[in-house]
Amino acid sequence: MSLNELWDYMVLGVVLGCLYAVIAIGYTLVYGVLQLLNFAHSEVFMFGGFGGLIALTAWVPVASPSGLQSVVYVAVGILAGAGLGGAVAFGLEKVAYRPLRRHNAPRLVFLITAIGASFFLYNIAGKLFGRSSMSMPTMYENKTVVTIFGASLNVTQLLIVFSAVAMMVGLDYVVNRTKLGSGIRAVAQDPEVASLMGVNIDKVVSRTFVIGGLLGGAAGFLFGLNSKVVYTMGFLPGITAFAAAVLGGIGNVRGAMLGGMVLGMVETLTVFVWGDEWRYVAGFAVLVLVLMFRPTGLLGERLGRTA
Amino acid sequence: MSDATKTTNLTVAQQLREVHWYQKPRWRKLGALLALGLLMSMVTGVQGTHKDIFYAIRENFSDGSVAVWLGIALVVWAVREFASAPFTSSARKVKGTLVTPLGAVGRLWSTERWVRWTVIAGFAAILVWGPMGLSRFWQTVLVDQIAIYLLVAVGLNVVIGWAGMLDLGFIAFFAIGAYSAAFWTGALPVQPPVVLNNFLVIPLAVITCLIAGVLLGAPTLRLRGDYLAIVTLGFHEIVYLAAKNLGDVTGGTSGVKVERWHIDLGFWSYEWNVVDQMPFYWLLLAFIGIVVFLFIRLEHSKVGRAWTAIREDEIAAASTGVDTVRYKLMAFAIGASTSGVAGVAYASKVGYINSENFVILLSILVLSYVIFGGMGSIPGVLFGAAFLVWLPEFLRDFVDPKDRHMYLGALLVVMMIYRPQGVIPSRRRQRELQMAEAGTGGADATGPAPGRQS
Repeated sequence: MSLNELWDYMVLGVVLGCLYAVIAIGYTLVYGVLQLLNFAHSEVFMFGGFGGLIALTAWVPVASPSGLQSVVYVAVGILAGAGLGGAVAFGLEKVAYRPLRRHNAPRLVFLITAIGASFFLYNIAGKLFGRSSMSMPTMYENKTVVTIFGASLNVTQLLIVFSAVAMMVGLDYVVNRTKLGSGIRAVAQDPEVASLMGVNIDKVVSRTFVIGGLLGGAAGFLFGLNSKVVYTMGFLPGITAFAAAVLGGIGNVRGAMLGGMVLGMVETLTVFVWGDEWRYVAGFAVLVLVLMFRPTGLLGERLGRTA
Repeated sequence: MSDATKTTNLTVAQQLREVHWYQKPRWRKLGALLALGLLMSMVTGVQGTHKDIFYAIRENFSDGSVAVWLGIALVVWAVREFASAPFTSSARKVKGTLVTPLGAVGRLWSTERWVRWTVIAGFAAILVWGPMGLSRFWQTVLVDQIAIYLLVAVGLNVVIGWAGMLDLGFIAFFAIGAYSAAFWTGALPVQPPVVLNNFLVIPLAVITCLIAGVLLGAPTLRLRGDYLAIVTLGFHEIVYLAAKNLGDVTGGTSGVKVERWHIDLGFWSYEWNVVDQMPFYWLLLAFIGIVVFLFIRLEHSKVGRAWTAIREDEIAAASTGVDTVRYKLMAFAIGASTSGVAGVAYASKVGYINSENFVILLSILVLSYVIFGGMGSIPGVLFGAAFLVWLPEFLRDFVDPKDRHMYLGALLVVMMIYRPQGVIPSRRRQRELQMAEAGTGGADATGPAPGRQS
């Protein structure tokens, strides 16, 4: 437990934090427009991992790809992961949530549906793709690229950080600068008035789910790249990312990013101090503490001003 | 006509109003049904393998099951679209012939006291002596699973059905109860100050679970209700990880042996042993009977009415003087302690516990029992738990056991869309859901419908 090792863990924390931040955005966006905890988002993330795996299994035959090939493979993996994640999120909203919104169902009914959907999704993934964990095919040599004060970062970790930052910047742009973004913010602020102003609520909700699904799916692929893909992989990262969203202030996109980073850090430090078997306790402990002392999160719940 | 020229000739308003052929309800329904057929073929298809990720999908397509399901979807769609009239009329006729005699029986039940009591007495007699005729396998299922889960489900019903809060970590309290039993009977690696009999552990387990429930509930119950769900889920995970990782205290995954139920009064002693399941069954039946009796009394007491008020409109309840946090905490703690009692019963029956008896999955399963039977209705919850525990055992030879959780998940979603009140609903709950649909009332303490401004 030297200082060097601590530094190593902190760098790992940043990498993990980037992933959590991207997943947390999915929770926070949906919460922003519907005030609904989308428990099934963790399965969207899991399907993203499988999406990437499926595309690459079908696609990567070369044993030692050249530089350009590696880039194309990774890009395909991210796009496939995001695509399947977005598709699952879209279907989820259509099949499970939209009928409930029509019936004006109480919140408890939504929560139970989310649980049921999550249960169904991860079990059907296990059924279709087998219940053992699988690794992504080798797309590049995973060597150390940079060393920051003794902590080494390999290709995968660098890839995660760069793609996560790119996605977050992109999302920030979409939410703050585009027409869809202003629609999302309008619905988050007041759905009834938004619909009077000509915002198609159903469309905005559906697209919000898809955006969250795209990000979650891509994160699922990156997560699978870093460890393995298995049908149960969604649950714990999903809960931790949810804790991150609450920590940052749920409904607040920049808060979700900050919360993800902080939680990634807290989790790796937990591993550093107490060992790997307590890894996921960190997220829950932070969640309970935040709810006790600052329930609106670090940056506050700026519902309606989703950015 | 090309689309480009067509759109340029239309005004903006016409463009907005324009509906493509595939947006018409008829074709949308066809698309939805075909998608459902595809999903069903995957759901009922073969098991995949990690060695070949495409195996299951390829197999489902090649053995024709996809074609069969798509055919079924097509037929259903065609019948509903083009030939629904004879079906609905005959369905109405069948419903009519069913409803009239059922209504007569129902009237007899509600007016004639002797009918009611005979039926109840007969039912009770079957409950007490009936299982003696079952095979040993079913007796074990009845005692080890059905009876235990009935107790847990009745406890969860207080939290979710009456107070309207979602608790996703209910089995955590079950674990606490089971480990209390193990601790106080001296089974754990850590020795208690004094070794107690299983029966004396029950009050201690109740107190432990009450404290745990209050500690967990106090910080979260003041907040928006849906946070409770996630915090309880996290709590369950922490309890599970603690049970698993603290092997020196809990025995971890290798588990500990717990003494079975026994009474030793000096002059008279009795020991429940595994040779015969029936004494265990009668004991658990007594537990369930006591708990159900107490809860029925509770439902119509001041406390129960306070829960109803909170569930239906928390703000109105608070403004008329109901201490909402206190009553919510009470529901949470009562539910938790019931689960704890079930934990003691489980440990003292099976005689062995390890951390894998308390996985997170079980919390979700118990939730589905309560939802399926009907939140807030005790007969519903009892039926739901008994039926859904029995069904997978019954279907063991027909359905791959690995798939049953998938079906339960689907069942939850379908129930929430088409029958959120459950199989045997509580009348009040049903009315609340109708009112929520009409736009008045919240129907649970987690607040009004999402996407609406309150």
